[in-house]
Amino acid sequence: MALSPTPAPPPASNPVLELRGVNKSFGAVHVLRDVDLSVYEGQVTALVGDNGAGKSTLVKCIGGIHTADSGEYFFDGAPVTVHSPRDASDLGVEIVYQDLALCDNLDIVQNMFLGRERRRGWVLDEDSMEQIAEETLAGLSVRTVSSIRQRVSSLSGGQRQTVAIAKAVLWNSKVVVLDEPTAALGVSQTAQVLELVRRLADNGLAVVLISHNMNDVFAVADRIAVLYLGRTAAQVNAGEITHSQIVELITSGQTEAFGPGAGRNGVNR
Amino acid sequence: MTSSALPLADGNSGTGAPESPVVAHVKDYLARLRGGDTGAMPAVLGLVVLCTVFAIMRPKFLSAGNFANLFTQGAAVTVIAMGLIFVLVLGEIDLSAGFASGVCAAVLAVLLTEHDWPWYAAVLAALVVGMVIGLVLGVLVAKVGIPSFVVTLGAFLAFQGVSLLLVKGGTNVPVRDSTILAISNRNLAPIAGWLLAAAAVAGYGVVHVRRNRGRARRGLSAEPIAITGLRIGVLAVLVGLAVYVLNQERSRNTVISSLRGVPIVVPVLVILLLVGTFVLRRTPYGLSLYAVGGNREAARRAGINVDRVRISAFVICSTMAAIGGIVAASRANSVDSNTGGSNVLLYAVGAAVIGGTSLFGGKGRVLDAVLGGAVVAVIDNGMGLMGYSAGVKYVVTGVVLLLAAGVDALSRRRAEAAGLR
Repeated sequence: MALSPTPAPPPASNPVLELRGVNKSFGAVHVLRDVDLSVYEGQVTALVGDNGAGKSTLVKCIGGIHTADSGEYFFDGAPVTVHSPRDASDLGVEIVYQDLALCDNLDIVQNMFLGRERRRGWVLDEDSMEQIAEETLAGLSVRTVSSIRQRVSSLSGGQRQTVAIAKAVLWNSKVVVLDEPTAALGVSQTAQVLELVRRLADNGLAVVLISHNMNDVFAVADRIAVLYLGRTAAQVNAGEITHSQIVELITSGQTEAFGPGAGRNGVNR
Repeated sequence: MTSSALPLADGNSGTGAPESPVVAHVKDYLARLRGGDTGAMPAVLGLVVLCTVFAIMRPKFLSAGNFANLFTQGAAVTVIAMGLIFVLVLGEIDLSAGFASGVCAAVLAVLLTEHDWPWYAAVLAALVVGMVIGLVLGVLVAKVGIPSFVVTLGAFLAFQGVSLLLVKGGTNVPVRDSTILAISNRNLAPIAGWLLAAAAVAGYGVVHVRRNRGRARRGLSAEPIAITGLRIGVLAVLVGLAVYVLNQERSRNTVISSLRGVPIVVPVLVILLLVGTFVLRRTPYGLSLYAVGGNREAARRAGINVDRVRISAFVICSTMAAIGGIVAASRANSVDSNTGGSNVLLYAVGAAVIGGTSLFGGKGRVLDAVLGGAVVAVIDNGMGLMGYSAGVKYVVTGVVLLLAAGVDALSRRRAEAAGLR
């Protein structure tokens, strides 16, 4: 694919979002064990792992839906506490969940501003919301929707994903986490969404992409973080690891042929 | 989505000037119709058909006196239906709204007649009782988590009992306060009717023209001028015609008394319609109602306090039911244990659904209650004129309700199919 990952993260830059030693249990089930994750500006960080590896739980900890039992959460280098989705979005962290959380009966503008409407006094400021929504979509080079006053129920899967992503970007967010954005999409819509993901990173956002599809991951990711049974198996640059090594990490948590200097954080054992 | 306060205009706009923006607007409307977004079309069509049939069968149906009767007959049900819309938009139901209105009416009558309270204090007390009822229902639904169907079915029976207790068995409590009686029994002076009509049309026009100007200034797509003009024109004609007819002399014997002018209940309905539409369409609160009705989880994640929104909808519904009860008490000149009972609730739910509000949640306008309420009132009134018994009226109204619910379910399926296109 045309979208090749950039070779390596600039060594000077610090991660915009960093988790260190995060643990999370649900009753007797220890879902996350000392998980580390670093996310950099302008890069797509892919988060991969088998079913049950803890990806969704980790995302919910990032987004404030779950609070980690222990571990540290750094944003822009400073330690922060995130106990609710509002805390996360106040930091500039937006999560696009797999179910997209769109209201079918509302139009695109209403969905993008849901819960954070612009108002003049008691009244919704529809016109300025419509204008900003239009500018945001144009800024993402989205040309696929005919009218932004269209109800979301009339949109295709790819268009819905686009609206959900645009909604996340609207708030001058710094980190956008996308949970399986291409899982339910056809070939051309997948390509459109991946292009959008790449554009987000190129616009300076830190993007976390959760995916099962290795082709998608290698198409857009700069860095790849692998979870295996609730542990961070590896965090590497996408250019320094092969398809089969990633699959090995996902399925067994380790790989024999690990390139030298690949694992910044190495294998976490 | 232009929140059309008068969708009738869209239906007729095929006769407009053949400019391209107008044609595009009409095409857009037709596409939405085909996509299952029927809006007010079925109710307006039904109203036209019913009125035509009754006018042919019983010419008296079109008389000024009967026209005025339609408003006073349908007002209480329409007001209760307006409140129900808020609950229906959430995808919930309030089966107790009818008897809630009965309880509030009983409170009003008992306070007025047996305790000699002034009318404003009694009205306030009735409204507060309505709010408390809504609060209890809402908390049971949202916080305890009992399905609204069950909560309000229980409340239906309980309120029937409360109503019986308040009016002490089978007796009825007369209402003699002239202010309360005026709501359903007195009329505006003819000149006041005309002034009100002019103000309504002018206000409608100013709001629409200003919105279009504002949108054009920001470079957003605005409604074509021709369509806006047509909307205003159609509204002006309808309102003008209605006021003209209502200002005719309706008294059989003008020597004894003169009976002309717009019934006072009409401006009451108009004000409730405007306030309700404003709240639902223009405020963040209204949007949160639609959001909760459309996708509760999405609303919760967007930071909307879902429980509070659900409770508030029940409070609004029961408070509107209280207003409906006051209107009903005014019309009957008394309150008995059956006020708000028998067919009132089903007529109100029917009015909302016939008007185009979805029983599945997420869709509904306060205008639906007015259009649907008109359909229900016309059926009730017209069949009464034709001499049918109450039994036949119930059967017909029940069938119309099922028909409307069927249209709702089918158009929803259709909208889903269109969404997957």
